[in-house]
Amino acid sequence: MSRKIVKGAEAMAIAGKLAKPDVVPAFPITPSTTFPEKMSEYVACGELPNTEFVPVESEHSAMSAAIAASATGARTCTATSSQGLALMHEMLFIAAGMRLPIVLFDANRALSAPLNIWGDQQDSISERDAGWIHFYGENAQEGLDLMLMAFRVAEDKRVLLPTMVGIDGFVLTHTSEPVDVPEQKAVDDFLPQYKAEHCYLDPERPTTVGAFAPPEYYMETRYQLDEAVHSSGPVIDEVFADFEKRFGRKYSKIEYYGDRDAEVVFVAIGSLCGTLKDWIDEHRAKGQKVGLVRIIVYRPFPFKELKAALANAKIVAVVDRSISLGYGGPVFSELAAAFVNDAKRPLFKSFIIGLGGRDIKLNDFENIYNAASADLKAGKVNEKMHWVNINKEML
Amino acid sequence: MYEVRFHGRGGQGAVTAAEILAVAAFSEGKYTQSFPVFGVERRGAPVAAFLRMDDKAIRARYQIYEPDAVIVLDPSLISVVDVSAGVKSDGVIIINTTKHPSDFNFDSKKVVTVDATGIALKNKLGSATNPIVNSTILGAYAKVMEIMGKKGKTGINALLDAVRYKSPAKKEENVAATKEAYETAKV
Repeated sequence: MSRKIVKGAEAMAIAGKLAKPDVVPAFPITPSTTFPEKMSEYVACGELPNTEFVPVESEHSAMSAAIAASATGARTCTATSSQGLALMHEMLFIAAGMRLPIVLFDANRALSAPLNIWGDQQDSISERDAGWIHFYGENAQEGLDLMLMAFRVAEDKRVLLPTMVGIDGFVLTHTSEPVDVPEQKAVDDFLPQYKAEHCYLDPERPTTVGAFAPPEYYMETRYQLDEAVHSSGPVIDEVFADFEKRFGRKYSKIEYYGDRDAEVVFVAIGSLCGTLKDWIDEHRAKGQKVGLVRIIVYRPFPFKELKAALANAKIVAVVDRSISLGYGGPVFSELAAAFVNDAKRPLFKSFIIGLGGRDIKLNDFENIYNAASADLKAGKVNEKMHWVNINKEML
Repeated sequence: MYEVRFHGRGGQGAVTAAEILAVAAFSEGKYTQSFPVFGVERRGAPVAAFLRMDDKAIRARYQIYEPDAVIVLDPSLISVVDVSAGVKSDGVIIINTTKHPSDFNFDSKKVVTVDATGIALKNKLGSATNPIVNSTILGAYAKVMEIMGKKGKTGINALLDAVRYKSPAKKEENVAATKEAYETAKV
């Protein structure tokens, strides 16, 4: 293991390199571009002698090529962001429907219009229904580690699902910080060469995959795909545990930070949780209790873990860095729905934060905490969605 | 935690300056985090970069609004950007200029000046119209931190190694300029 200073996007490329993929089809888009740049460099410099880098003409083609490569049993990864992921949209569903263990690094970024290259999680959260496993890191180290684990989970024959790993655009992708880079040998042991066993394209053994399914068959394929995403949960736990044993860094589907008996608990995803942890430490130093549940695995949705973690919460402040327009925060709506049939459940309050790279500051969490605490005191939630740090003069 | 904000113009190497200092602090066992103001990098346009240094892992992900130190690579920025914004009362502002500290007044905050442009050009870093001063001014930073006994202190040898490591070309010229600024900076 060596520790070095790298930008988050390069940490993702280092993970991609350590995984020794067979095929990397990619099309550059800010802020994920470092990934294809570095991967093509590794290939050109002979550091990945068995990898084919395919510079395609669009993200739709990148995912199409990834599907084709993965369908032959090749270890395949790619990277994209924002509009690029949106352009992949139809192919994402095909990758999942064909049960192809493609790994994708998404540099989380806002969607147009207006054009905005900065960070939020709208791009990948909008793809939550595609049948992919979703991992989200809080920092560059987690991005690298989750990327390595994504290959193990995706390629596990009990799973065989495409997996995307998101880290926040710019705030993580373009920030330089120390990252522990595992040794190649240790990664090779953790992540042996992928050998497709089930259904793959081979001229010596002709099969058809991803074929036509009329109404008599289609629904069963969806049922099985849904089952597959749900049942990947225990495999994810197993891979996280094995990773910890080998590399010493502990991962779980959700992370609980702060006081276990706190009445006000935040729920959030990604890099903003780092700042939030700093705020929580300051807040606890004043003798007040507060907790944070950070979602690392968003698909499969960690129902069991979230319910256990929020068992003592009186009000849950769900902080979404994306929005389902015309409804509200996606994580808020899913989390609230997960509790809807429970007799005992906390109050839920929705906050929208940091869209399009709006800086997320310590004071924002103070405001969220105060709004949630006021609702708790009143015994009912003011259901108006709370837009954090919005400039009302511009509305 | 010690926080530094860099002001420069696109192409002057403010972002690289933050990265060099990060590498130096990291080599001395510190945790670091460096990043630019994202997405505004255009040649000649005002840019800013940030560096956090701490003894423990850094989790904060917002821009630096209350820096302990500010480094100004281009004095012409002072009339365009409020370089002293939010600087802590015991903070320090290091400016690349031929002027004297008493020529500046930022609410009586400590000002240090260094002719980084002169030193850089003497060491053949960049051209008269586009001098590369990022490595040079860090020499002054190291001296200032040392003399003032600040938490942002970085050993000169660690800094020179970082300059050598991060310089894509003219490694020894960059090292010589950094050293000269370290030796001649007046506090």
